[in-house]
Formats: sequence, structure tokens, C-alpha cells
Amino acid sequence: MNVRRMLLSLLAPTSAIIFALIVASIALLAVGRNPIDAFSAMWDFATTTTSVASIINRAIPLFIAAVAVAIGFQMGLFNIGVEGQYLIAALFAGWVGGNIGLWQPLHVAVVILVAVFVGAVWAGIAGFLKITRGVHEVISTIMLNFIAYSAIAYFLSNWFRDEPGALNLKTAEFAESGRIPDLNWIFTALGFDAPGGIALQGFLVVAIAIGIFYYMLVKRTRFGFELRASGMNPGAARLSGVAPKKMVLTTMMISGGVAGMVALSTMFGNLYAYTQDFPRNFGFTGIAVALLGRNSAVGMALGALLFGFMERSALILDLEDTPKEVVQIMQGVVVLAVVVAYEVVNRMIERREVKAAADATRSMDIDGVGEEVAV
Amino acid sequence: MVDKPLAVQLTDITKTFPGVIANEDVNLSVGVGEIHAIVGENGAGKSTLMKILYGMQEPDHGTIEVRGETVHFKSPKDAIAEGIGMVHQHFMLADNFTVLENIILGDEPTQGGQINFTEGRDRIADIGKTYGMDLEPDTLVEDLTVGERQRTEIVKVLYRGAKILILDEPTAVLVPQEVDELFGNLREMTSEGQTIIFISHHLDEVLAIADSITVMRGGRTVATVSPDDVDAKQLAELMVGSELPTPETTDSTVTDVVELSVRGVTSLSSDDRKLLDDITFDIRQGEIIGIAGVEGNGQAELTDALMGIQEISSGGVMYKGDDIADWSTKRRREEGIGIIPADRHRQGLLLQSPLWENAMLGHQTVAPFAKGPFIDRKGARERTNEVIERFGVKTPSADTAALALSGGNQQKLIVGKEMIAEPHVLIASHPTRGIDVGAQAAIWDELRAARKEGLAVLLISADLEELIGLSDRLLVIYSGRIVADLDPLTVTPEELGSYMTGVGVEAAS
Repeated sequence: MNVRRMLLSLLAPTSAIIFALIVASIALLAVGRNPIDAFSAMWDFATTTTSVASIINRAIPLFIAAVAVAIGFQMGLFNIGVEGQYLIAALFAGWVGGNIGLWQPLHVAVVILVAVFVGAVWAGIAGFLKITRGVHEVISTIMLNFIAYSAIAYFLSNWFRDEPGALNLKTAEFAESGRIPDLNWIFTALGFDAPGGIALQGFLVVAIAIGIFYYMLVKRTRFGFELRASGMNPGAARLSGVAPKKMVLTTMMISGGVAGMVALSTMFGNLYAYTQDFPRNFGFTGIAVALLGRNSAVGMALGALLFGFMERSALILDLEDTPKEVVQIMQGVVVLAVVVAYEVVNRMIERREVKAAADATRSMDIDGVGEEVAV
Repeated sequence: MVDKPLAVQLTDITKTFPGVIANEDVNLSVGVGEIHAIVGENGAGKSTLMKILYGMQEPDHGTIEVRGETVHFKSPKDAIAEGIGMVHQHFMLADNFTVLENIILGDEPTQGGQINFTEGRDRIADIGKTYGMDLEPDTLVEDLTVGERQRTEIVKVLYRGAKILILDEPTAVLVPQEVDELFGNLREMTSEGQTIIFISHHLDEVLAIADSITVMRGGRTVATVSPDDVDAKQLAELMVGSELPTPETTDSTVTDVVELSVRGVTSLSSDDRKLLDDITFDIRQGEIIGIAGVEGNGQAELTDALMGIQEISSGGVMYKGDDIADWSTKRRREEGIGIIPADRHRQGLLLQSPLWENAMLGHQTVAPFAKGPFIDRKGARERTNEVIERFGVKTPSADTAALALSGGNQQKLIVGKEMIAEPHVLIASHPTRGIDVGAQAAIWDELRAARKEGLAVLLISADLEELIGLSDRLLVIYSGRIVADLDPLTVTPEELGSYMTGVGVEAAS
């Protein structure tokens, strides 16, 4: 039964991806390309070790952003502000990291802690507004994104700027002790070629730890249970002793704290500073990845890798003169299709459970144990 | 009277839901131009009957005749086409629309694809003039008083050409002047040939406005009377039934140790209405205090106040001698106050979650469910299996989702997980509502056994058999006040009915 249940839950993402491939094929045919050729070019290109490293690097921030969003989703909170939270957290983390010199592990830890703290505080504003003034978190987090953009511009040009005259605005560069070494040795250790011109981000280790933390928090702790209960049935959660306001604030802050770490892989791995052209949009793509992974740690990791794969393999389409926007179509379709497919599969699972429970009742009645009249 | 044509005639209507007979051989005749009141307790079948007449539900059998012709309603659309309209107790208006927009919404007069507001305005003015109902069409609904909103709802129904109006507890939300105004409007409407079916609990009002009254009890129509022939007390007796269930003659287990003492608890709504008004009672070890009353008279607020969810503006609650005003809900639960919530779906279950997580709900901070900040999955499953076994919950396993279980089994799980935690005080709100007889008897037995062991129970119920069969004392709540303290052994239906409907209150004061 558990095997069947697992197969059922694989059914949803598989069918969604197949559906997305079909839609993308139609799009490719419409522009006069052979879809088979395009897909095989994408696959060949994406399976080189360089591409694999690139895919994982792309997946890291998307995964962390998805986890941040998913923590809110667990109790029905929509943290749309991961974008602003990670950007402002990265700014402060970059500023602090560029201006200290410490023993390496401590240096890295301080940068991470600053990012977590700033992210938590920034998201906490939205939580505070919700519990004191009833402001819906979607509104406040979106607005806080814009405030974050402006605040970053202001701080970066006036306070945190490294060289006042330089063209590129950035914070002071991290000393060696503030950088995390790459993981390219894994490829050679496993007998593959080392990735060329690309470094597998060492922050991957932290991302995996965040995934484990998320799973433990949600599934194994009292707090996680209260979080899920509040999301599923606020009335029942309240009566069971969960203080709703405290829950909202705590959840927003944990979500924001995780969000603070979204783009640290880039900072530790190749930029070593907060720069004017610091990568954006992880926060929004993270929402899609959270939906794709249905808030499960493994699901979101796979979703992030899928998005990383699609983004990486899109590069080859350009070279082959095929519009790479077809990949964006696929990304959009796959998210929509997954949401629909999960709904269908969930209903199938529910029906099976109802039937199993009804069968159990009946067999007990035959045994003469049941005293229940026909319901 | 005999020659008057009938607007509505329902014959032998029966409607069953799984496990419950909502209506059984119901007969109802309503004459044209009549105000016909339907009275009965919660669960007497009034709402189901009205839903059938308004096409929201189809009867299992029986016939509906409107103006002498047999009809079959598949949806409210069909009912509206026959000139039947319904004004729900909870208004269904869009606050940020004007009165005009709300009234024409869904039935807009159009001209060349555009809404013809002038025509709508004229028709509303006509209706207003005919029935004496003034409405300012351009006011936003959010700026209206409750009475005006209700008038908007009524005009909305009339706008759709209704000749027969069903009003579901229209006075429940109104202040006395608004009630008078509504009654004026209703009279105006009947004199213009409209027929009104009026559902209410307030017997004095019913006697004042209705031309005839049908009483429902236990899914049946028990009598149709003329207001000239009965008084409120007789009506109350008809509602409650002439025979009360005989209490079980178990020996009293009441001790003199007070477990929970409620002292003058008063609670205000956001607009300063008294939701709870000076509620005072003690529950002792081994005692079951029953709270009777028509739903919506403060029962939900009382349980919330005892659980620390509803704010108390004055008075206090003492638990084992300690003032618990500052205790969080979590602390109250940890210290041994258990609760069986009134609505298991809205307050008692995580439907998508496995049973062991449901059993944890409300006990997630203590052993065997918790180990430090972590969940003890093994302990939780073991405890859940104990509940399943001891309370006869029929389920394939503790990992089955709660939604897969029948209502009776869900309720047995909720009752079981509360009882097995051995609380000192149990607040049981409708502990056996909507479940089958077998499960009900099992839950009653558990409550009796726990009482014998010294459990103090506050039993809130609408089921008189349950209240009289279990309670040591019976309190009646009406409009947020305790209006009577009765002995279940000697209480008469007339007394109980009068207090529950507020008739006895004036007599007593």
C-alpha cells in the first residue's frame, strides 16, 4: 500500500512534466523547430559536468527561497517578500563580511547570522503589521520589497560603498577568510571531469542543512505541528493552545531568516561582496519552486534542480538559433500542471483512504464487534 | 379560511441524511396573503424544510405544490421562477456596492449590453412605494444599519418577482425598533397579496405577527395553531414536547470539592453588546452541569471564555482555587481542562492529517506526544491506538486520515483523546451531535464513568435527552445570561421551553 501511495505521488510531477514537454513541443513546432532535436540538444548540453555544477549552483538559491516561502505556506501565510528579504539581508551581510577579518569558520558564521537576522527582522515587520493592525501579509511583503529596493540603493551609495569614486557600487570585498571554497573535488573524486570555468558552490552544504532543518522543524517538532495545524484548521489550532498572533510573528520571522540566506552562495562563492548588479528574482522564482515541490523538502530540491536544468539548458537553444523563451513557457506550464495534477492525485488518495476506512468498518461489523447502525 | 387558495402546500415531505432523518412526513399548508410562522428548536428540521421549499435540497419523497400545481425544484433558480424568494439569516450583500447595485446584481436590466441603472432604480422605487420600504439606492451597503440591510435583502427578493417570501430568523439580528419596522413592512406586503413564511425562535414575536403557526419537533410538524388559540407557554410546550426523557436514576457522585468556579463572567462584543452577562456557577468534582438553551445565546462565547479565547471584561474564573484569568489556552489545557468542541470540523480535527496527529491536537505539548521540543511519534501512535481500542473507533489504522472516518468515529476519537488524558474539568459542547445512536450511547457511558471518577463536566447541548439524562443540575442560558437553575429530576417541558425561548424570563423577573 505504501509503495502504491509512493507511485501515486510520483504520478503528479511526472505527468506535469510530460504535459509541459508537450506544450513546449507545440511552441517549438510553431516556430518551425524540431522539438526532438531541441530537447536532445538541451539534454546533451546539460549533462556535462560543467553544466551539472552550473545547474546545482542555480538550484541552491531557488531551493532556499522555496523553503522560506514554504514555511509560510505551512500555516497559510504568503510571504511574497522573500525577494526583498534576501536582498536587504545580503546587503548587510556583505557590508559586515567585507569589514571584518576573523578565523574562517567564524567569519562565515557571522555573515550567515547577520543575513538571518536582517531577513527575520525585515519579514518580522510584515508579521508585526498583521497581528497589530491586521494588514494582510501579501500587501505588506510586496510593499516591503519596494522599500527594500530603495533602502538598498540608499545604503549602498551613501554608507556601505567601498570606493567612493568607483563606477561599480559595491560593498568592501570579503577577505580570504570570508570565502567558502568550491566543491569541484567531488567531481574528480567520483571519477568525472572537473567542471571547466565554473565552481560548484561550497554553500551547497548549508543549503542541504537548511533542507534538513526544514524537514525536522515541520515534521518532527511541536512547533512544526502547531504550524501545520494553524494552516489546516486555525479554529482547532487555537483551541488546542496555539496562540495565533505569536504563531504568525514567529513564522514570518523564521521564513524571513531562511530568506536571508537565499543568495549567500553567490556572495561566498564568487562575488565576495554585495554589488549593484547582485542577482535578483530568486524570491519570486522560489514561490514557483515551492508550489512545484508541494512544500516538501525533497520535492522542492527536485523542483529547484529542474528549474536550474531548464535555465542552464536554455543557453544552448540560443546557440542553435531557437528562441530560449520556450524554456520559460515550460517553467510556467510545469508549475500550473503540477498544481492541477496534485489536486487530482490527492483526490485519488483520499478516495482510497475513505474506501479503506469504510471496508475496515464493515469487516468489523461482520466480526460482531461493531455496534454502529448504518451510517 | 377554507376558501382561501393555498400558496404553498407540502405533503409528506421526507428528507434523510446519512444517519439523520431531518424531515419525516412533514405537512405544511400556507394560504395566500398569510404570515405563516414556523417555530421549533435547533435541529427540529425547519432549515431543511425551507431549503427543500427553496430548491436547495430535493426531498426523498413527498410533494410540493405552489398555488395548486405540483412542482419539482432542482435548484433555487426553479424556486425563484415559481415566485419563491428567501432572505437568509446572514445577509448576502456586497458591502462595497450600493443598494441599487446589490439589488440588481445577477438580474441586471440591460440595454444594448450595458446595465440600465435607470430602469433598476425605477423598479426599486416602485417596490418601495408599493410596500412602504424606503431605501436610498445610492448608499453603500457598508453604511447601512442592520435593519436597512435586511430591507435591501427583502427588496432584492421582491425585485426578482417573489410572491412567497421565506424569512429565516429575520428578527435575530434586529433591535426592537427595527423589529417593529420589519413587522410593519411585512403587514404591508401581505396586504398587497404577498405570502410570508417566517422562521423564528422568539415566541412572543411569532404570536404578535403570525396569522398561523406551525410547530416542528424532531423533524416532524407537530401542530399548526392560530395565535389566538395559544399563549407563549403552550407554544413552548409544543416545541419541547409534552414528555421529557426520564433521567437515569444513577446515584449522585457530586462531592463538595469545587473544581471550576465561574464568577460573574461578563463579555462584550466589539460593539459593546453583552455576549455573556454575569454568568456564575460552580462545578464540583463528580458533577455534570448541563447548559440548555437555543443555540446562539452565548454558549460558544462561554466555552471560549473558559478556554481563554474570548476576552472577559469583568468577573473571573477560578480553577482549583486559582484565578486563571492570565492563563493561556495552552496552560489551561496542560493543567487539565479538556474540551470537546461544538463543531468537530471547524475546531476539532485536522481532516487531512492522520489520526495520531489528530489525537495529539490539544495535547501536543505533553507526554506521550512530546519529548522536549520534538514530537514523540512512537508515543503518539501508541496513545492513539489505545484511544482507538478503548473507544471503539473503527479505522484501518492510526495512520488513516481523519477525513476517511464517519462522523461518529471522528467524534469518538475526539472524545476519547480528551478522556484518556484524564482531565479534571471537561467542557463538552454537543458531544454527540450528528452521530449515530450506538456511538452516542458509548460516549454517554464514558461521561458517566468519568463523572464517577470525579470528573467535573460542563455539558452544553441542544439534545434534551442528553441534558436531562446526564446532568446533576440544569442551567438555562438565554441572551448570554443564566436565566434558570433547574433540577433535571423535576423540570417540566413547559418550564424548560419557556426559559429557553425567553418567555419565562419576564415572568420570573
